[in-house]
Amino acid sequence: MSRTQTIWIGIGVVLLALSFFAQNLLPDYAVRVLTITCINALLVASMAPANGMTGVFSLGHVGFVAVGAYAAGILSLPVATKGSMLPDLPGWLAGWYLSFLPSTLVAGCVTAAVAIVVGAPLLRLSGHFVSVATLGFLVIVNEIVINADSLTRGARTFTGVPLETTLPWALGWLVVGLIALGRIASSPTGRAWRATREDVVAARAIGIETQPTRLSAFVLGAFFAGIGGALYAHYLGSFSPKSFLFAYTFTLISMLVIGGMGSLSGAVLGTVVVTALSEVLRNLERGMDFGALSIPPLYGASQIALGLLFIAIMILRPEGLLGPREIRFPNARSPKETTHDSAAP
Amino acid sequence: MTGADTDALLVTSGLTRTFGRLVALRNLAITVRRNEIFGVIGPNGSGKSTFFNLVTGFIRADAGEITFDGAPIANLPATEIVRRGIARTFQGTRLFRGLSVRDNLLAAAALRSPVNWWDGLLGTPVLARAEAASGRRADELLAMISLTARADAKAGDLPYGDQRRLELARALATGPRLLMLDEPAAGMDAAETKALLDLIKDLRKRENLTVIVVEHDMELIMNLCDRVHVLAQGETVFEGTPAEVQAHPKVRDVYLGADEEAAA
Ligand SMILES: Nc1ncnc2c1ncn2[C@@H]1O[C@H](COP(=O)(O)OP(=O)(O)OP(=O)(O)O)[C@@H](O)[C@H]1O
Ligand SMILES: [Mg+2]
Repeated sequence: MSRTQTIWIGIGVVLLALSFFAQNLLPDYAVRVLTITCINALLVASMAPANGMTGVFSLGHVGFVAVGAYAAGILSLPVATKGSMLPDLPGWLAGWYLSFLPSTLVAGCVTAAVAIVVGAPLLRLSGHFVSVATLGFLVIVNEIVINADSLTRGARTFTGVPLETTLPWALGWLVVGLIALGRIASSPTGRAWRATREDVVAARAIGIETQPTRLSAFVLGAFFAGIGGALYAHYLGSFSPKSFLFAYTFTLISMLVIGGMGSLSGAVLGTVVVTALSEVLRNLERGMDFGALSIPPLYGASQIALGLLFIAIMILRPEGLLGPREIRFPNARSPKETTHDSAAP
Repeated sequence: MTGADTDALLVTSGLTRTFGRLVALRNLAITVRRNEIFGVIGPNGSGKSTFFNLVTGFIRADAGEITFDGAPIANLPATEIVRRGIARTFQGTRLFRGLSVRDNLLAAAALRSPVNWWDGLLGTPVLARAEAASGRRADELLAMISLTARADAKAGDLPYGDQRRLELARALATGPRLLMLDEPAAGMDAAETKALLDLIKDLRKRENLTVIVVEHDMELIMNLCDRVHVLAQGETVFEGTPAEVQAHPKVRDVYLGADEEAAA
């Protein structure tokens, strides 16, 4: 394992230990923001393999989050609640109950399976065509959720999911997700992903088949999107189809793009920056009173500010804050010369 | 069977490819022997790259056969053909420009040291062995093209001549028996071209390679190749040793004449 990986895992473990205390010591508001940041960071990081590393810019990721949330929700409703909430549930599901961790894992697997089915035809496309097609997937998932009444309560709010996602759970899954994604991304598999992003023809010339390679990134990302969706379901307790549509898509994509698409550090950084900014702005837009100085309320200003930030990054630093680079800790023993040409254009 | 046949590594017969009404290659019959350096020359648009694309599986033949080491390979996918031992470079470079120089080589070396994604996830012994093997091969190739010091640079940031040699090294990293180079010296200065000549000759010996070279640089072709095949408008004009090719009047007409005119 590289030194960088070891240090990151160490940081993750320390933070995880701290989170057990933090959830009791910090105010509820802070715990809530941190928990959601962890879930979002997992979701954004899970977009990095396909969108950032293979260059398949999917806009349908939130469709996978929805699949994960509903799968976990249906599986983990207590059997008694199922009777009243989802009376038309097929028999085999109605009598089935899974607790938090198993339902989360199953949700991840279900989502990955959906990604195999969706990705196999979609990933034959390239460039903008994939983006448009994956957007279609997002809309289709939404329609299915709305129409599959017996499973999802249709457009009505799905509620009653046990509230199990705590800060340590969310952070724990984030750490697991980042380690898993990071290890695969830095392995030959990740190299093949990036090769298909850089030049499909050259990749074929060295034996890399485009479609299976991209599919592996897509499915792996979908697995963690499903996990993130399950964490959401268990955090909010109730949600509806419109929770997983364009607004959330824009939020996650802007986090990914602002942080830098090609790297996991970028995904996390983007999530933290966007979340911090929107929290600050959201509090500001309500207006404030500092005795003499008072700021009038400016509702909607935070969304506008985020939109502007997004545009500014696109113009000034289209690769995002970190670009394709990971934050690294250079090896202490063999100090490699730092000849990276990292000057951004 | 004659001795020449068992000596043949790549054989094409009746190889034909059209684009719309244009016949890019007509009835091409070429035999490349083991361990030789075989040149393919001809004016622009004579079908040289089309021949490369057909052999390496990037386009399909309308008719004809291709055998490599006795096995038919026409219409196999490109990924399978490189697995069987034919590696190529492209006219104009096709590097993974955003990847490091070393990663360009590692990506190609993975063909001979394959791992699954779970090997990366779990850090299995398979991964360790594969990464060690690919790493050794990459370092060896980096030294060969004198780019060891720039291993971590972005491939797209290299000077053009270095990019060409990196692409050649990347093809070698796939462990080929036949190496096909499409205009490897294009854009190189005289010194770089000379170094390339020595490199290819050295490679043939060290790696027991067979090489097919398409080049417009006649001096390079004449100094490098054992035999040269001349194409014009998709058809064979002549095939022979460099000396024979240079002396042949038809070749002068279609190619060298045109070249001299252009130079004059
Ligand atoms: N994909 C394609 N679609 C249409 N026409 C093509 C295609 N590829 C090649 N051609 C045509 O086929 C003919 C042969 O092209 P080819 O690239 O093989 O020539 P070449 O000998 O490599 O030339 P050059 O020296 O310019 O590289 C040319 O007339 C070219 O325009
Ligand atoms: Mg050509």
